[in-house]
Amino acid sequence: MSAYDKVFKPRRITLPSGKSILEKRSRMPLILLGVLALTALSVRITGFSFGPLLSRGNQFFVILRQMYPPNMKYLSSIWVPLFDTIKMSLLGSAVGSLLAVPFAVIAASNMIKSRLVLTLTRLFLSVVRTLPTLVTALIATYIFGLGTLAGTLSIAIFTFAYIGKQLYEQIETVDMGAFEAMEAMGGTRFSSFWVAVAPQVLPAYLSTCLFCLEGNVRYAAILGYVGAGGLGMILNEKIGWRDYPSVGMILIVLFATVVVIEALSHYIRSKLT
Amino acid sequence: MNPIIKKQLDAQPKRWFYQLGIALIFVCLMAWSSSTVQLDARAGSGLSIAGNIIRGIFHPDAELLFNFTRSGVAYLLLETVCIAYLGTIVGAVLAIPLSFISASNIVPRPVALIGRTLIMAIRTIPPFVYGLMFIRVTGPGPFAGLLTMSMSSIGMVSKMYIEYIEDLDIRILESLDACGCSTFEKIRCGIIPQLIPDFISTIIYRFDMNLRDATVLGLVGAGGIGAPLIFAMSSYRWSEVGAILTGLIVLILVIEFFSTKVRVKLARG
Repeated sequence: MSAYDKVFKPRRITLPSGKSILEKRSRMPLILLGVLALTALSVRITGFSFGPLLSRGNQFFVILRQMYPPNMKYLSSIWVPLFDTIKMSLLGSAVGSLLAVPFAVIAASNMIKSRLVLTLTRLFLSVVRTLPTLVTALIATYIFGLGTLAGTLSIAIFTFAYIGKQLYEQIETVDMGAFEAMEAMGGTRFSSFWVAVAPQVLPAYLSTCLFCLEGNVRYAAILGYVGAGGLGMILNEKIGWRDYPSVGMILIVLFATVVVIEALSHYIRSKLT
Repeated sequence: MNPIIKKQLDAQPKRWFYQLGIALIFVCLMAWSSSTVQLDARAGSGLSIAGNIIRGIFHPDAELLFNFTRSGVAYLLLETVCIAYLGTIVGAVLAIPLSFISASNIVPRPVALIGRTLIMAIRTIPPFVYGLMFIRVTGPGPFAGLLTMSMSSIGMVSKMYIEYIEDLDIRILESLDACGCSTFEKIRCGIIPQLIPDFISTIIYRFDMNLRDATVLGLVGAGGIGAPLIFAMSSYRWSEVGAILTGLIVLILVIEFFSTKVRVKLARG
């Protein structure tokens, strides 16, 4: 019996058979209290208030209104950065997801028995995943210079950590019967993995990769802000000059690209599963 | 080889043509996209720069890290958590009506399509553009960051909500109807218990992501740990970057540990 149950005594219910059971009191008040306290603290620290939202809320739409009508003439100079963005996210996703495979195998508890190796690999994946994409992109621009290589690299690093985690969880849930049968037949660990485990995780793996690619196109557009190439670079430039009609055009093109890529990946993913 | 096994192997459908096609498409895509990557002439000096950066990051500025005033890492992290927390809540609340008008089992198809397009449009605008818009409303500071965070959460959160709403088990509502329940009772006992665990799980997941994306806010000066981090990086003060990153990574790992526990509990009941 926990301390909470001692303070709020469980309710006693007598069944028609004469037997009595105890119903624990709901933990809801405790959780609610915590949520409210955190909210109050956050409101204090961030200075949240409805006053400015109500009185100055229309200011939010000023920039949006200036984006319309979009500058159609600018369209011709968007294509190159747009394709740079798509290429960055394609290459970054592919490199990251391929690199993640060996790490995911080492991090799966049904493939590797050593606890030390498991913990170290998982910690490595977790720490890489916490690195903000912007920070890796900015560091990459210092090392490799401004341009798409920096963006590709930071997308690859992010994808690597994300896919690595998803893949090792998928490997851990496979049916091990086939793997054991292959080992009993005299297969090596690698060939058994290749024949018995890989086909089981392949559809889920490919689908995660495509899902990641969808998100990466959006991320790639942000990365340009730190000079890592692609759409973000011209977006940053146009915002700096307050050329909002061109910004509107860039956003429309980005929207269309994201819609097309999501539709494609949605179609392929529905075929995979 | 055992003749039975051989027969089974031969019976396997021949799909090499199909697989070869996919491999070819993949290779072409990769070749096309690698055309964008060119190594700079600076690559040689890059190594020494990388060495400096790594040395700085692994020697974090202890003074900044254990400084508990308003400019220390601890306060900045607290501010970031608060922005992410309230931003996620505001975004999650805003996403509820949006996702109900975009769920195809609640409203007619054309309306749902319009709702989905709207959500996708909200998702496409990069966070720093929202940041600029909100700074006009509230002025620079954590409040603008909070609003930006809530706008950029709406997209993913409502996408997940829609999936849960479309998966609602209608039979429960029918049986409540048969028992003679009123509309309010049907919502209270039929819909809310089905949706709440999934919704809360989504919100917690998004909170994790928002904490990670908090650096983006720094780009536009919208509060939190992002701006000091970006400033320190652009002025090459790597030991400060190290201190901030250490704090951020530890915080994210700790919060992720607890949020995974809560989400597992929510999923298994």
